[in-house]
Amino acid sequence: MPSATEPRLAFEAPIYEMESRLSEMEAQYARNRSTGDTTRIAEQIRRLRRELAALKREIYSHLDPWQVVQVSRHQSRPQTRDYIDLLFDQFIELHGDRAIGDDKAIVTGLAHLDEHKILFIGHQKGKNLAERTACHFGCAHPEGYRKALLKMRLAEKFRLPIVTFIDTPGAYPGITAEERGQAAVIAENLMAMSRIKSPIISVVIGEGGSGGALGIGIGDRLGMLEFSYYSVITPEGCASILWKGSEHAPKAAASLKMTSRDLLSFGIIDEVIPEPLGGAHRDHREAAASIKSFLLHALRQIKDLPTDELLARRYDKYRKIGAFADDATRAENVNGALEG
Amino acid sequence: MDHKEGRSGKSWHGQAETKGVPVGVFIRCDGCQATLFRKHVAQNLWVCPDCQHHLRVSAADRIDQLLDKDTFEEWFIDLQPGDPLGFNDRRPYPERVKAEQARTGLKEAAIVGQGFIRGIRLVFGVTDSNFIMGSMGSVVGEKLTRAIEEATRQKLPLVIVSGSGGGARMHEGIFSLMQMAKVSTALGRYHDSGGLFISVLTHPTMGGVAASFASLGDFILAEPKALIGFAGPRVIEQTVRVQLPAGFQTSEFLLEHGFVDRIVHRRDLQSTIAQLIDYATS
Repeated sequence: MPSATEPRLAFEAPIYEMESRLSEMEAQYARNRSTGDTTRIAEQIRRLRRELAALKREIYSHLDPWQVVQVSRHQSRPQTRDYIDLLFDQFIELHGDRAIGDDKAIVTGLAHLDEHKILFIGHQKGKNLAERTACHFGCAHPEGYRKALLKMRLAEKFRLPIVTFIDTPGAYPGITAEERGQAAVIAENLMAMSRIKSPIISVVIGEGGSGGALGIGIGDRLGMLEFSYYSVITPEGCASILWKGSEHAPKAAASLKMTSRDLLSFGIIDEVIPEPLGGAHRDHREAAASIKSFLLHALRQIKDLPTDELLARRYDKYRKIGAFADDATRAENVNGALEG
Repeated sequence: MDHKEGRSGKSWHGQAETKGVPVGVFIRCDGCQATLFRKHVAQNLWVCPDCQHHLRVSAADRIDQLLDKDTFEEWFIDLQPGDPLGFNDRRPYPERVKAEQARTGLKEAAIVGQGFIRGIRLVFGVTDSNFIMGSMGSVVGEKLTRAIEEATRQKLPLVIVSGSGGGARMHEGIFSLMQMAKVSTALGRYHDSGGLFISVLTHPTMGGVAASFASLGDFILAEPKALIGFAGPRVIEQTVRVQLPAGFQTSEFLLEHGFVDRIVHRRDLQSTIAQLIDYATS
């Protein structure tokens, strides 16, 4: 639960209000326990807990796309490093791209996930101002994408499956990033990941912002946490281009169809990974457990596929994506669903 | 991914942003502001005879300039964009597409097919930055992917001339982003099969186009003073809040930083491509 000092999402106000009533009641229960009868207050507490669960369920089952974006960016939402602690029995971090530096916006390392040895890659946003500044708010520079690719080559060589966690508003837009070839390194990653001989499983854990997300996101299985988004552009970026102001971001978020449900219906992702009641920020452990079961299931499905078949399936997965009509054959394609 | 680059007035590096070449007897050079006979500029490959500024070239003119006369055979001309998001900014996306088709005479932002350059048969693609800012949606992605697959199958060299201020097209959302993956994946197979890909970058090549096929050539050529980069200059200015250095994100800047093999004047483009093919396929 977020502490009182953290920014709270406006639409969660009724939840916070009820939570504070509940904690008052619990305090009262604790005071009364030694002195008198607590049957009545215990019953009230039980009822309020039920109501609170129902309220969270009610609010979180009707989030609009802009509210989903806000949840995906929640300050208390678990980040890559939280999941590293919660998911892996061991993690050996590997730094640097051996050319320019060590981009803190992308974390890479070797990890144990139950019996599986894997290579892990994930965007890191940072928790406090100092961390966020060091991580550029999860916006990686070219050296971050180069680091990711270098470690993926290791995984390929030593036959380790690759797991990537996506959580970025986008690749860093800056002078040094352009000097070091931001466009070229992302392009290189897209092409290289399409051919890497290790199984690759990706999860969007928060923000899936455009090329910066895709740059570590090509692979065999793609899951999205329920309240994350994945989009060609941030809602603010889209709003400022099309509606001349970032205040139109809620409209852009809805127009871009960027939620996990949308992407599942488009056939772009394989699975929506359910979040704990009231969002991942309310229970990091449960969020991690949910991701873990997705990862283990995905690993079981693909880790023993012959390489040729793995790469052929990966090719087809991307090959069929598109929404267009072919007037010559009167066929319409939405992700390979051909209709005569 | 879509970058607001085609704004009116002068951009930071001194080039007035034109949306194609206006129709009329005279035109003004974006480079030196000289008033020029349209016909003279057209005869000069849309390069200013005074200052050598490279004006934008339509896809059709590009085909005429680069390929041997009457050798181009266009492929997949019937592909039409869908509207998977039901997108509506000031007008519904399908209407926008129709209006762009009427305005430009193009069906989409990319033209692909086969042709000859100095007698060498090859697969050729070009994006026209005049059609929804040359942005890549499903049709551009599909046309390029089919062209790349055809080049792989027929073992032909591949030349793609990029011009895109828009990058991945917002109006098709995640489908556009995934075209970057699709085209790059097809290029992966093409390269594995030993294919030769020459990527030509023209003004402007930005965002998701720069961050996918345009950067994946065996040889990367750029026309002089083209704007090439990932993030749009205005986005960068707003993020880092410093004035951008002169010449930032130009072809010359990319050459300086090692991301372009050669800057080639438009009049030498055809011969350079032919020479590179000769080296790579002998």
